[in-house]
Amino acid sequence: MLTLKSVQAGYGRLVVLKGVSLHVRAGEVVTLIGGNGAGKSTLLKAVCGLVPVRRGAVEFAGEDLTRLPAERIVSLGLALVPEGRRVFSSLSVAANLELGAFHRRDRQQVRRDLEELMGRFPILRERASQPAGTLSGGEQQILAIARALMSRPRLLMLDEPSMGLAPKMLAQVYDILAELKRSGTTLLLVEQNARAALKLADRGYVLETGRIILQGTAAELQEDPEVQRAYLGKGYREVWE
Amino acid sequence: MVNRPACLPARETDTQPGRLGFPMFVQQLINGLTTGSAYALIALGYTMIYGILGLINFAQGELYMCGAFVAVLLLATGQVGLVGAFLAGMLAAALLGVALERVAFRPLRGSHPLVPLLSAIGASIFLQSLALLLFGPSDRPFPVQLEFRTVEVAGLPVSSLQGLILLTALGFMALLLVFVRYTRYGKAIIACALDRDTARLMGINVDRMVALTFLVGSALSGAAGILMAMYYNATYPRMGLLPGLKAFSAAILGGVGNIPGAIVGGLLLGVAESLGAAYLSSGYKDAVAFVILILVLLLRPQGILRGKGH
Ligand SMILES: Nc1ncnc2c1ncn2[C@@H]1O[C@H](COP(=O)(O)OP(=O)(O)OP(=O)(O)O)[C@@H](O)[C@H]1O
Ligand SMILES: [Mg+2]
Repeated sequence: MLTLKSVQAGYGRLVVLKGVSLHVRAGEVVTLIGGNGAGKSTLLKAVCGLVPVRRGAVEFAGEDLTRLPAERIVSLGLALVPEGRRVFSSLSVAANLELGAFHRRDRQQVRRDLEELMGRFPILRERASQPAGTLSGGEQQILAIARALMSRPRLLMLDEPSMGLAPKMLAQVYDILAELKRSGTTLLLVEQNARAALKLADRGYVLETGRIILQGTAAELQEDPEVQRAYLGKGYREVWE
Repeated sequence: MVNRPACLPARETDTQPGRLGFPMFVQQLINGLTTGSAYALIALGYTMIYGILGLINFAQGELYMCGAFVAVLLLATGQVGLVGAFLAGMLAAALLGVALERVAFRPLRGSHPLVPLLSAIGASIFLQSLALLLFGPSDRPFPVQLEFRTVEVAGLPVSSLQGLILLTALGFMALLLVFVRYTRYGKAIIACALDRDTARLMGINVDRMVALTFLVGSALSGAAGILMAMYYNATYPRMGLLPGLKAFSAAILGGVGNIPGAIVGGLLLGVAESLGAAYLSSGYKDAVAFVILILVLLLRPQGILRGKGH
């Protein structure tokens, strides 16, 4: 469904992605793990057209995304929940959700989807007229996910949805993702903290300084000593003894 | 106004300090609100454009002038009614604003912030000179005789022309607020102002929203120009200069980028100017706006209302 072929991208002189290849099949949940500055967000932005792809190619459902401007991506069925949620803080919760469906022409169905999402996430209905910036971090994350769902994506990409969330909120966000998985939505999940992500994912990639250094099924990655040490927070002794 | 023609009825300066009763105070208040409503309309253009592009369009006063000229020239033909000429003037200003963004700002995106500022000042000088070349330096009276009846509102004398101007201007401001808050495109403009990249992820074409912002903001400046051409009964190439600078002060006063702030700032500035002229000296009238600008920049640079409110 989504294919990256030796993608190079960066900012100015800085080359962040040094030839990254990966793919996501329809219906799969794929996670991309990596530490600070590995280039995870840059990869998602390159897919979306927010950062230009210098070499290589990005394909989605048979379409070439490599040179497509960011505002055209969403209508192909690709949505991104950006790092740090990025809700439109002074706009109301309802307005944020409506903007998620900005490109859609089927007004009636958009209204039904809005109703459905508000039913699924009662907090959003409760706060519908409140500025999004007044929500708590976890509530904003739910809003950011719901806003992306308003575009009816075939592939949903999430950039560190667990960032800064308390354990209870984290569990709630991952419940939502698990439900999306059950309903057949394809997910590309970027995480730094790999524990929850690997539990949910079918497959995973490990990105380090702009290169994929490891890939495999979620089970394989969970067993990998290097992953355990670097991303699952287990100490050397725990792993090696 | 510096260039106010002598034939004008002296509306704002006929008061003698010392015998200022309550009715006179109210009269000055209404005078101030009338000119202030024009400042507010121009300030909305400044503030919306600043919100979405982060630049001050110093040619805003020339859009005001453009609106006035188009309306006055059309009315002078005798073929077009007042409402038709008004709308045509607004449309002309709107299209000029969009063209300006295309040629003076869009090619400079990504350059140092001073560059588009210089470009805006250049555009302003160019448009003034062009108007001078096309229409000459002299004042043109407003071609339609407007009734100067004075009506009593709650026991206070109000000129019907002022009432008309004030109501029209407030109507446009209300329309703008409805547009920004309740329509799809209004919300999309706010989204671009708040977070351009995320707006693009929603499928919003930022270039189109910038053009729409120029369209709407310039139409409002054009409307202000026509209203003031009626009020002062004068249309001339440099008419946009002072109102443009004062509206800039108003936008700063209200918090640049903040839409309700531009309205509040414009009205406040108009009233302060009018009261300043009445109670201090009419000679200080134009200075009041700039003293306020300096004080705001020194004491509260974020303006009365902070942030990109709407
Ligand atoms: N807008 C930018 N301009 C210049 N350099 C940038 C920009 N954004 C990111 N970088 C640099 O690119 C590199 C990769 O950043 P990126 O945000 O992709 O990392 P990341 O894997 O998402 O990290 P994190 O887990 O901290 O979010 C970093 O060295 C960063 O400093
Ligand atoms: Mg990141």
